[in-house]
Amino acid sequence: MNIVCCIKQVPDTATVIKIDPEEKHIQREGITYIVSPYDEFAVEEALQIKEKLGDTTVTVVTMGPERAKEALRQCFAMGADEGYHLVDDAFDDSDTYATATTLAAAIKKIDFDLIICGKHAVDGDTSQVGAQVAELLDIPQVSMIMKEEINDDKKTAVVNRQLEGGEEVLEVQLPSLWTCQKGLNEPRYPTLKGIMGTKKKPITDFTVSDLGLSPEEVGLLGSKTDVSKMYPPPPRLPGRIVEGEPEEAVKELAKLLREEAKVI
Amino acid sequence: MDFTIPEDIKHMQDLTRRFVKEEVLPREEEIEERDEIPEDIVKKLKELGFFGVTIPKEYGGLGIGTLGWSIMNIELGKGHPAIGGFLSLNNGTGWRGLYLYGREDQKQKYLPGVASGDIITAFGLTEPEAGSDAANIQTHADKEGDNYVINGRKHFISNGPIADLVTVMVVTDKAKRARGGISAFLVEKGTSGFRPGQTHRKMGNKGAQQSELIFEDCVVPASNMVGQLGDGFKVAMCTLDETRLTVLAGAVGMAERCMEMSRDYAKMRVQFGKPIAEFQAIQWMLADMATEIYASKMMLYNAAWRYDQGERITREAAMFKLYASEMVCRCADRALQIHGGMGYMKELPIERIYRDARLLRIVDGTSEIQKLIIAKDILKEG
Repeated sequence: MNIVCCIKQVPDTATVIKIDPEEKHIQREGITYIVSPYDEFAVEEALQIKEKLGDTTVTVVTMGPERAKEALRQCFAMGADEGYHLVDDAFDDSDTYATATTLAAAIKKIDFDLIICGKHAVDGDTSQVGAQVAELLDIPQVSMIMKEEINDDKKTAVVNRQLEGGEEVLEVQLPSLWTCQKGLNEPRYPTLKGIMGTKKKPITDFTVSDLGLSPEEVGLLGSKTDVSKMYPPPPRLPGRIVEGEPEEAVKELAKLLREEAKVI
Repeated sequence: MDFTIPEDIKHMQDLTRRFVKEEVLPREEEIEERDEIPEDIVKKLKELGFFGVTIPKEYGGLGIGTLGWSIMNIELGKGHPAIGGFLSLNNGTGWRGLYLYGREDQKQKYLPGVASGDIITAFGLTEPEAGSDAANIQTHADKEGDNYVINGRKHFISNGPIADLVTVMVVTDKAKRARGGISAFLVEKGTSGFRPGQTHRKMGNKGAQQSELIFEDCVVPASNMVGQLGDGFKVAMCTLDETRLTVLAGAVGMAERCMEMSRDYAKMRVQFGKPIAEFQAIQWMLADMATEIYASKMMLYNAAWRYDQGERITREAAMFKLYASEMVCRCADRALQIHGGMGYMKELPIERIYRDARLLRIVDGTSEIQKLIIAKDILKEG
């Protein structure tokens, strides 16, 4: 089988994010980058399928600047076999639609039976790209999977997806695209030997012309949305303790919740 | 001069940092209280390849040099130092002599197991009468046919109670001693007449196992000798330059943790109506810590890199060992002072680091011995 995992390099979740003065981007200085945690679930699941079925290639695909190669190599260290890096200045400032357009164009050039993505990237938090890629490739999609099992025919799979308070069990055809929810698996540590071997694994670069796309279809020009302003959430106000006898205090609390907080 | 850390080593540093954060720090109290490294942590370290970082690739290791291992050991130092100490034996001290002086069949027999962590190694030099005066060892081996019979007692031996393979230094010619009268032998666990003795109870360095090694008519084949008859002191000394770099790399990590904890605490702790980080008395201590850590790191990076290029760095290793061990004691002391009463409590790891740091001015050659080594090297010149 050929499994493609779409991954994204994102700021480390421990990073304190600062917004640049133009209020369109986050400040890049001093940020350390990681593979988005949900994408690690995708790579882990692909590796587990490989270990179970054998004779499987795990390919990782990412769009991003030059530094994003490091994210591909982090996936290699876990055990992924090869990588594609969609790297071109024309891809800058892509929204989810332009990103999905670019990813789908790249994946069309790769032989695949299954695509696995994280359910969302922890920077933009949009949860759209996986679904959009599936639509653009015209293949079935299952979002937020918690469990999967590929049937013996390798043409169908049984997939559990998370619902509010329960799980839904689906049978889905391959090729299809799945996005991963937390709890699907526990991503492995890369081994030191895996890290040593990362330089030997191939990374193919794709530019906008390699993908047969025009610059108008990608990046800011190909985007359907435009970031008009980016700002940090207002600082959280400290809590308040309502003093007094319970009967009086409850009345006061109810009043505050209704009149000030406006939640009841 | 290019000080960029190569990308693969950076990824190893990241992995080590993550392992410490996720696997070691949540359990550092457990390691301390139980005075041992939990088996499941050892198992994970084996799976990830931490035992064979420096062993050459042809013997099943990763062949990462001293610089790479030192950078990883800085990260291990930010967790519980027992882990770095334990791993350091299999990443240098426990087999460097065998590698440099041993025969090919000996290397083939042992090194792959050392790299995988299935063979835990120890290095048997120190004795009750031979600490700083290492040449004064009393344990001796007498030739009987094709065998040697070893008698004597080692002590303070790291991994002593658990080692599968010990490189042990013994006297084979009392008249010659350090000048060709000491030889090195490989002794396997379970060899008749060889057993670990009492496990030592210590001020700190919990979780690391140190014990006596007792040899009573222990018979080993002459083929277990490392190098030639009389090579033992060379075998012992050649491992020490490297050990002084990699083990004290852990001290840099310990000091960094002291500084980071102190910084965070000083920003949070309010006295006299403001965070104590706003007082110069605290700022000076933080500045001193950061400066000394930086100096140590630069000494380490430079010396380790030069060692990897094949240079002799005895003087630089001694300088780094001297400086880093004294530096970490100062940092632990300042961290304790900044944390005040809280730092003295068992709830925080600072009192533990304070005790652990103190060992480093003694182990692998005391500060005073390092100064003798440095001075001797200076006086050779001119």
